[in-house]
Amino acid sequence: MTTGTAPSLTQNVAPLDAGAHVTAIGWLKGTAAFGLGDGGVLLGRDGESHRVEAHPDAGVLVAASDGERFVTGGDDGRVVVTGADGSTKTLAETKGAWIDSLALSAGGAFAYGIGKRVTARDDKGREKSLEVPSAARGLAFAPKGYRLAISHYNGATLWFPNVEAKPEFLEWKGSHLDVTWSPDARFVVTSMQENALHGWRLIPDKGHMRMSGYPSKTRSLSWSGDGKWLATSGAEAAIIWPFESKEGPMGKVPRECGVRPAKVSRVAFHPNTYVLAVGYEDGCILLIRLNDASELLVRPGVEDSGITAMAWDKGGKRLAFGCEDGQAGILTLPA
Amino acid sequence: MTDKIPVTVLTGYLGAGKTTLLNRILTEQHGKKYAVIVNEFGEIGIDNELVVGADEEVFEMNNGCICCTVRGDLIRILDGLMKRKGKFDAIIVETTGLADPAPVAQTFFMDQDVSDTARLDAVVTVADAKWLSDRLKDAPEAKNQIAFADVIILNKIDLVSETELEEVEARIRAINPYAKVHRTQNCAIPISEVLDRKAFDLDRIIALEPDFLEEGHHHHHDEEMQSVSVAIDGEVDPQKFMPWISNLTQVEGPNILRCKGIVAFPDEPKRFVFQGVHMILDGDVQGEWKPGEKHTSKVVFIGRDLDAQAIREGFLACAA
Repeated sequence: MTTGTAPSLTQNVAPLDAGAHVTAIGWLKGTAAFGLGDGGVLLGRDGESHRVEAHPDAGVLVAASDGERFVTGGDDGRVVVTGADGSTKTLAETKGAWIDSLALSAGGAFAYGIGKRVTARDDKGREKSLEVPSAARGLAFAPKGYRLAISHYNGATLWFPNVEAKPEFLEWKGSHLDVTWSPDARFVVTSMQENALHGWRLIPDKGHMRMSGYPSKTRSLSWSGDGKWLATSGAEAAIIWPFESKEGPMGKVPRECGVRPAKVSRVAFHPNTYVLAVGYEDGCILLIRLNDASELLVRPGVEDSGITAMAWDKGGKRLAFGCEDGQAGILTLPA
Repeated sequence: MTDKIPVTVLTGYLGAGKTTLLNRILTEQHGKKYAVIVNEFGEIGIDNELVVGADEEVFEMNNGCICCTVRGDLIRILDGLMKRKGKFDAIIVETTGLADPAPVAQTFFMDQDVSDTARLDAVVTVADAKWLSDRLKDAPEAKNQIAFADVIILNKIDLVSETELEEVEARIRAINPYAKVHRTQNCAIPISEVLDRKAFDLDRIIALEPDFLEEGHHHHHDEEMQSVSVAIDGEVDPQKFMPWISNLTQVEGPNILRCKGIVAFPDEPKRFVFQGVHMILDGDVQGEWKPGEKHTSKVVFIGRDLDAQAIREGFLACAA
């Protein structure tokens, strides 16, 4: 690739009209599933799209995907699974309460939160519930084993739903929002109300990690496929923390990529190369190669069309994105 | 940038008539759609409105300020509601009778995501004309709600005599002389008196100036909660005023519930207008002085155990 005019992939993007705020995206093999603020799920495949009413007269607040299923939580109090064929099934139903935290494990288990109560159902259908000290904001399953991380006020709780033992409480003052495990399960990281990240080194020493300096909240976290880097939103560049050493990022400077005069709203690491998709509040999307910081334009800025969701397919050939005004699209990388 | 969604906060001690007012707002033919954040389901008998349950989770901010609290559940709910933008025109937050309005108000100033998309319109407090005087004696929450209010609905006036009514209104005035008080029965009041008040808008503070500048003539005195207003018949020196107001709200922040002010700076064609909640201050130059208009400066504080004399002397020392 030569330097000079900004190379562009905009010709490789197939636009889609999702029609409502795109909350989250998942891939069901070759089909992209867009969870929408008006309760629908839009299935996009090969330039065709099909809308499914997953939460009629409601809205999708949160969604998770494991490559086979697209599971959504709504403000109708339902957890719904949508398949690539457009079929939907209600997995759980509660009266009136919002489902705004949700996690899916590779083994087929899922968990959701309603206020302080977190419910996990394993692949055999066994359901367990746990009450955490305040409303569960983020849920994430450990990469291996049936263990759930729950972020809440003043810390995070690590819970084995099928084990009687007392859940482990990771304490840190303040309100914790989203939570994520590193792919090797050595670290748990949360984003916080105070424009910072907090992390716990689970192995070997339960040490704390503080990652601060953001001008706004981080609501998007993405690990590189090998777990060596954690990309984050919340600044006018993607902030990428090094996690290759045992200590994590402590004492190290994060990388800043894609500096632009707009806040990064979503980040998504390519599943198997050091390429990061960076979505901005002004609607722009860049692909950035970490090795040489070279940039490729996927979408130019579009007014009132901030990026709200992005997801790579399993093989890393396609990137689906969605925006606050209901615009969406699928980028297919040139062969 | 689209307009920010107005948010009305509805407070009031238990049984004062909050739900009656809420139902009145929702049933009136106004052609508007409201998202309603409530504590308990089942009290509202209205379908086809977006109703959300709140947890009233008050979180401290990690910034070393003990009075910097926000409502974590409100941040979460507003985040979710913004995914359904366009489905509603305004938001109403109903608090429990025991809730402190400050964390609710502070959420709109402390949280960037919230303040980017929504604006606090007014705090509306419903008070029971028969029981308010008693509650002011035994319930600190009731006093907070009166002190914090922009609009006070003095309800159930049919249950008290005119003398009792004047008595309770004087008590309200002793705590908060600046709120607009409406006497009602069954919360019967035009919706326009409750919604879209823009009480936290800086330019609106100027619009309210006649009321705002009027000295209180209340004869009642509340031992604990009071308002302090100080006026200077002229301009203040920004070099003295800015450090003074900043220091006062930092040191006395936990005791100051609300503050407002309009001040004149030398050689500044516009007024400096500010308002605040506890330690949080919001201020800007706004609205030109009219030609020939007298430049005066005035500040108002409502709070608990305020040292009125120190505040008075401090402000007067800022005179240009």
